[in-house]
Amino acid sequence: MALLEVKDLRTSFKTEDGIVKAVDGVSFSVEKGQTLGIVGESGCGKSVTCLTIMGLNSKRNTVSSGEAMWKGKNLLTAKQRELREIRGDEMSMIFQDPMTSLNPVHTIGRQLVEAVQLHRDVTNRVARARALELLKAVGIPKAEQRIDDYPHQFSGGMRQRVMIAMALINDPDLLIADEPTTALDVTTQAQILSLMKRLQQDFGSAIIIITHDLGVVAETADDVLVMYAAKVVEQANVNDLFNRPQHPYTWGLMGSLPRLEADLERLVQIPGQPPSLLRPPRGCRFHPRCPYVMNICRETEPELDPSQRDPAHLQRCHLDEETKEREAEKLLHTTLAEAG
Amino acid sequence: MFRYLVRRLLWALLLFLIITFVTFVIFFMAPQDPARAQCGGDQASRACLELATEKLGLDKPIYIQYKNFLETLVVDHSLGYSYATRASLNEAIMEDARVTASLVIGGAVLWMLIALSVGVYSALRPRSLIDRAAMVFVLVGVSAHPVWIGLIFSYVFGVKLGITPIANYANFFGAPEDSGLPGGPWQWFYHMILPWATFAILFAALYVRMIRANVMETLNEDFVRTARAKGAPERRVLFSHVLRNAMLPVVTMLGMDIGVALGGAIFTETVYQLPGLGREAVVAINAQDLATLQAIVVFSTIAILFFNLVVDLLYAWIDPRIRLS
Repeated sequence: MALLEVKDLRTSFKTEDGIVKAVDGVSFSVEKGQTLGIVGESGCGKSVTCLTIMGLNSKRNTVSSGEAMWKGKNLLTAKQRELREIRGDEMSMIFQDPMTSLNPVHTIGRQLVEAVQLHRDVTNRVARARALELLKAVGIPKAEQRIDDYPHQFSGGMRQRVMIAMALINDPDLLIADEPTTALDVTTQAQILSLMKRLQQDFGSAIIIITHDLGVVAETADDVLVMYAAKVVEQANVNDLFNRPQHPYTWGLMGSLPRLEADLERLVQIPGQPPSLLRPPRGCRFHPRCPYVMNICRETEPELDPSQRDPAHLQRCHLDEETKEREAEKLLHTTLAEAG
Repeated sequence: MFRYLVRRLLWALLLFLIITFVTFVIFFMAPQDPARAQCGGDQASRACLELATEKLGLDKPIYIQYKNFLETLVVDHSLGYSYATRASLNEAIMEDARVTASLVIGGAVLWMLIALSVGVYSALRPRSLIDRAAMVFVLVGVSAHPVWIGLIFSYVFGVKLGITPIANYANFFGAPEDSGLPGGPWQWFYHMILPWATFAILFAALYVRMIRANVMETLNEDFVRTARAKGAPERRVLFSHVLRNAMLPVVTMLGMDIGVALGGAIFTETVYQLPGLGREAVVAINAQDLATLQAIVVFSTIAILFFNLVVDLLYAWIDPRIRLS
């Protein structure tokens, strides 16, 4: 049985301009100890998907439907109290910006101890010992002294380590990482990613990693969900996705990856902007930006169907299988040729 | 920390000198003769004028008078003697300050109680009925003049309903023997109810708005989401994570406002005939009594400087990001 099973998740926000469907029928599951990557441009609904699962959306203007089964319990209909007991204990989350995600007026030790004591009935000393253990595990140098420092006394990378320590302190079964490396510089990114991988082995947590960086996905994920304009457009095992991408949007993402080997003047980019979710385009949501657009794409939205070759590889595109294989092949070849 | 304190104190001293000197200069630039005012105005006799001028030291240049003032202050710890009554100003100012402090401190407690509860509630439930009512209250509170509010209050509660006194002050420690005046803690409280309410309304309105805005802003901070993601209940999120951050600017404002108000809450004191510093200042200006005026300036300057210092120290304590070195 999957650890987390999300079915037909929908979240919409009421805004002054109308209703925004930020997540529109997303389904996926996360297995124990596995890593799921969710990729997509800004505003495609990656973060909202996870915030909905955690129950962290503002209740005033948000409506959610569907199912998010966690250990036999639907998180979307669970009471606040039940959610609170799950959050930070069985399921925890780290955020994009470590500079603002820690409370500036409390020491990090106090914030870590709070995380423990919200879920365990232990003394300050026990909680503090646990906090210290975690700070060491995430590689904070001189943890004994730094535990009483305030967040502003740490660098961005160190703060993200503290956030990771806080997320893992109660041994969660699932860790949701929302762009954990986006706000960090490149060398720090690599450190944080390898730290997360190592800790995943030590703690055995499943991870959902949200990112717009295919490189991060390639490095960490087992399965990948590609989202575009509030919907899943492609879903596959990580190797499948990179070897045989089936959706023009995924091709676009891969084409725009910077490559060390290729000597390009300019990075390839996907033309146009993601559509407004207030009034998404008719038919396939990617059609205004798609170089392979056909008449049917403007009229009918494709279903998220299994590809012929591999039933576990889902894609949402009207193109015939042959063209897809050919284009994917071409993409890989260009990459190789550029490398070459 | 220590160096910071010393630096702040030196600044305070400099400010103190500038403020008191400016008061002197302004007073002497006014085309009036304090000696004549003490001798009964236009009908003053030459002898009286000469005597008064000499006694008050008005025949000497400004800087000598200023030097004399500083000397008395530093050497004798005395604010001098009133031009008008020749009474010791130390005692008079202490007497007045007690009244003003009663008004300001009590008023501050009241306005903070109102502002905290209404402000936080409004921030948590924006656009609710209470929030909208609070915004109307803010508008009224900011617009209405304290004298007008004071008159309305004493008419409604004092005259019409008869549940409070309409004016006057009652000494907390009891009125002087056989003065026939009310005194003691209960009378003091009873007489202060309306002044407190009147004085608090403007500030309560300002602070409701400020606290509401701060809390709403802080609720959107990332670290609040972190706290919720940890599984903290809303009450804990509010008290441990939101309020402390939202209160930072409020503490600054509160310290400065109390400091300023201690120099005299002129309107409230006038309406309710409270013998505080504000009313004393009005009387002193009318009598061209520079000595009294200067004493009030000295007192309120010290109050403001002191409360600013307290705010700075408090701020460093609440917000660890403020480095005092």
